[in-house]
Amino acid sequence: MTFSYYPGCTLKTKGKDLETYAIKSAEVLGVTMEELEDWQCCGAVYPMAKNEIATKLSSVRALVAARDKGQDLLTLCSACHHVIKRVNNDMANDQNVQLKANNYMALDVPYTGETTVIHYLEMLRDRVGFDNLKKAVVNPLKGVKIAAYYGCMLLRPSKTMAFDDAENPTIMEDFIKAIGATPVVYPYRNECCGGYVAMENNAYATKKCNTICTSAKEMGADMIITACPLCMYNLDANTTENNLPVLYFTQLLARALGVEEDAQ
Amino acid sequence: MSHNKETLREIVIETAGINPRKCMKCGKCSGACPAYDEMEYHPHQFVSMVEAGKIEELMNSEAIYMCLSCFACVERCPRGVEPASFIEAARLALIRQSGKNHLKAEEIPAKLNDKLPQQAIVSAFRKYSK
Ligand code: SF4
Ligand code: SF4
Repeated sequence: MTFSYYPGCTLKTKGKDLETYAIKSAEVLGVTMEELEDWQCCGAVYPMAKNEIATKLSSVRALVAARDKGQDLLTLCSACHHVIKRVNNDMANDQNVQLKANNYMALDVPYTGETTVIHYLEMLRDRVGFDNLKKAVVNPLKGVKIAAYYGCMLLRPSKTMAFDDAENPTIMEDFIKAIGATPVVYPYRNECCGGYVAMENNAYATKKCNTICTSAKEMGADMIITACPLCMYNLDANTTENNLPVLYFTQLLARALGVEEDAQ
Repeated sequence: MSHNKETLREIVIETAGINPRKCMKCGKCSGACPAYDEMEYHPHQFVSMVEAGKIEELMNSEAIYMCLSCFACVERCPRGVEPASFIEAARLALIRQSGKNHLKAEEIPAKLNDKLPQQAIVSAFRKYSK
């Protein structure tokens, strides 16, 4: 199984762990991630304004590159996934965005949202299958109680993201079960960590994150997993009460598949 | 409504791409909002104030920087109104003007730390500056 892969800026810098463990684990599972050449930063937040076109173009370029290779586009960072998937939706359904982006880019073949955008977790669930993942596990994480932190970007708006039930998601808990650990369900798992407000208002992010970590701890979690470098940062560096270890889900995947050391 | 006020209202509605009159004032958006306590105008008020043409009040509010773009209001709205899109549109009406950026490049070095991911800087810039 081969995918075009879009890493995004943070996975090459502060969020390297998210990527390294993902690539190593994918190899074990027979999945090849072919990084797109010359990808550009997605901008990290989806430009909601209907009359904003330029900030959507980097996503369109990635989508076109995957289409031209005849591959689905695999994402890993929650924010990149969110932005690229929503821009793809605009390219398919918003004629204004579609027309202006195509006018500007003057592609040989116009782009109208043909590429399938798939997040790494969706790839595990829908292409590899959690049953097959379970079979590939050599080091089941028995007895480890893990709280999945979904945050916002993967789930909402569910009409476009179509990732899972936005109010009661299960994909990360199913992933946790597949690697042999015990999922801990807690009320704040899909509530915002504060995101970008951390740039100018740490206290605000801290308030959000303390509530999340306290909620996870009260439900008995040993650790929290995430797919987003900004959630990771807030839950780790901006939490002051009831801190728990925060890991990328790919690190635990690599651990269960026996390749955690190789990836370092 | 004065000419200017009406134009501003039209621009915000065009930017959001939604008719605020679709709102049935149920308050579900504000009930879902994790930023509620930090905002002097709440998500449902953004919708009704845009409808009423009170755009300058929204542009001058702190609330436009407190919204987390978490899309809980968008998810829960039974009428497809997207309060977050009106908040974005009000912020853009302000920061699309020269000199009105909320976050300036010169301020960044002092905010950096070892763990801060690039994603935080990029997203804050996209939200607060043009
Ligand atoms: S997107 Fe903004 S207004 Fe809407 S629920 Fe989230 S923080 Fe509140
Ligand atoms: S949830 Fe929707 S319909 Fe209800 S008050 Fe908010 S914007 Fe209006």
